[in-house]
Amino acid sequence: MATEHSKASARIMIAPAVFVLLVWMLVPLCMTLYFSFADYRPLRATFDAWIGFDNYVSFLTSDSFISSVIVTLQMVAGILVITIGGGIALALLLDQPMFGQGIVRILVIAPFFVMPTVSALVWKNMFFNADNGLFSYLWKFFGAQPYDFLSQAPLFSIIVIVAWQWLPFSTLILLTAVQSLSSEQLEAAEMDGAPGYSRFWYIILPHLSRAITVVILIQTIFLLSIFAEIFVTTNGAFGTRTLTYLVYQRVLESQNIGLGSAGGIVAVILANIVAIFLMRIVGKNLDT
Amino acid sequence: MGRITLDKVQKKFGDVEVIPPLDLTVEDGEFVVFVGPSGCGKSTLLRLIAGLEDVSGGEIRIDGNPATDLPPAKRGLAMVFQSYALYPHMSVRKNIAFPMKMAGMPQDEQDRRIAKAATALNLTDYLDRRPGQLSGGQRQRVAIGRAIVREPAAFLFDEPLSNLDAALRVGMRMEISELHKTLATTMIYVTHDQVEAMTMADKIVVLRAGHIEQVGSPLDLYKAPRNTFVAGFIGSPKMNLLTGATAQKHDAATIGIRPEHLDVVPEGGTFTGRVGVAEHLGSDTFFHVHIPEMDEPMTVRAGGEVGLKHGDTIHLKPQMQHLHRFDAQGLRIA
Repeated sequence: MATEHSKASARIMIAPAVFVLLVWMLVPLCMTLYFSFADYRPLRATFDAWIGFDNYVSFLTSDSFISSVIVTLQMVAGILVITIGGGIALALLLDQPMFGQGIVRILVIAPFFVMPTVSALVWKNMFFNADNGLFSYLWKFFGAQPYDFLSQAPLFSIIVIVAWQWLPFSTLILLTAVQSLSSEQLEAAEMDGAPGYSRFWYIILPHLSRAITVVILIQTIFLLSIFAEIFVTTNGAFGTRTLTYLVYQRVLESQNIGLGSAGGIVAVILANIVAIFLMRIVGKNLDT
Repeated sequence: MGRITLDKVQKKFGDVEVIPPLDLTVEDGEFVVFVGPSGCGKSTLLRLIAGLEDVSGGEIRIDGNPATDLPPAKRGLAMVFQSYALYPHMSVRKNIAFPMKMAGMPQDEQDRRIAKAATALNLTDYLDRRPGQLSGGQRQRVAIGRAIVREPAAFLFDEPLSNLDAALRVGMRMEISELHKTLATTMIYVTHDQVEAMTMADKIVVLRAGHIEQVGSPLDLYKAPRNTFVAGFIGSPKMNLLTGATAQKHDAATIGIRPEHLDVVPEGGTFTGRVGVAEHLGSDTFFHVHIPEMDEPMTVRAGGEVGLKHGDTIHLKPQMQHLHRFDAQGLRIA
């Protein structure tokens, strides 16, 4: 890409992609921004194009805002803990030579191909259901009272569902990282007298740190916008209302587009703060 | 102390026998070099001694104690790997301290040993750097430092110089030899480079396909190679091996003559040929001479400045006292 000519043709080639990206990103963002300053409630036929920051004030000062932020953070943190912990364990297991390695690996990756809505429904009706769920049968088998997961521990249930979906992703990335560790390093540590857990703690885990930060970054960005799983299971009830879900409720259930848009902008800003924060950590980790 | 005895040690990978039963004794304080072409099992043999591979049969003894079933850490051996195998996320200091930390050594003793090793290896200024910030030679020294601080019974080197450039390799060769003289600890060194073997070893073990072809001092191997394989492997450039009628004149199936034992004569030499490629090294010149008796060109060492060029006819006369004779099995005829 050195000559003037190739630079010019490169610009022409990427122009359509840039254009599409701009239209698809900027137009909705600008419209959201526009609506967030408007009093727009279509069912009441109200449209006032400029009401200042009223929407923002009422969104930020409502009780549901703080609680939804807390729920969002709890949910993301819970999912990250399970996927990273489980991902490391699975990656180390899958790295061991075994019979049927290829098939096992495909099976482990499979949950990632299941659509969020489908997986949430499957979990809700086949595992968590108090009457017919597999867990209920398990509980009954041991003579215990079936546990109604979705109403007794709704947040935990959703964390389990989403973690199940994202576990393959972290496993896959961490597995490639585990495989890239030179066996000579592990052998050197073995010669140096490091037992198994020390080799994990001093050699394998530091080697994985870069992959772990990448997994955290990518997952956080996607997990902040969890929607289908909540919609299908609890509908935002029982303290599972995340920021994304609150915005949805404001727009569609309260039919207050202005308030919802303001919430959307707040969510964008918060997500960006998290992203900048994470990028710094990742940048630091990717340097060395 | 570091006397290592291999008693009928054998290694199989599945049905493939990589190392057939093999006996070898490495005396305390000896510098032993395992040399052979790639795939001859020399690295496997080293890994068996280190404990990184399980033996399929036989026994390994270190200082007379059975070590066959001991885990690597308990054998009291330290290994330097081809890729150095430094821990990239740790500073040089922590890398060197790692084996001592694992052994639970007191901090002040650790610091003392690190300081000593760093001084010996010229690493004092680099202790707080990461391995990634060091040159190849420095990394090599860190790997050696990590081995030294454990004060092992023996050092194992697995082709430690193959990742370095030619000039550095010569330097590190000297440093490792020097280190061996200072520490007087047993060292086992694996290489495919016969120059390293010749220059460093007290004792060379030539391996081929897991078999020991010959064990001896560098000069023994040079002067009296036990068979045609050792004859062709030891010495640079390679010994010229001639078969057929030429060899039969000397009552042998194969005769060998080293390039340095061929004299260029003006008239009436044993061999007459045409000069092919000439390699001028300044101190020496190596001519590749095409003679009817050999398929490959015969290598001849001549002095620094010889007025011969491509295509010239040359007469060669071997120094008869340096002629090596081998029988039909390739074994040396005394």
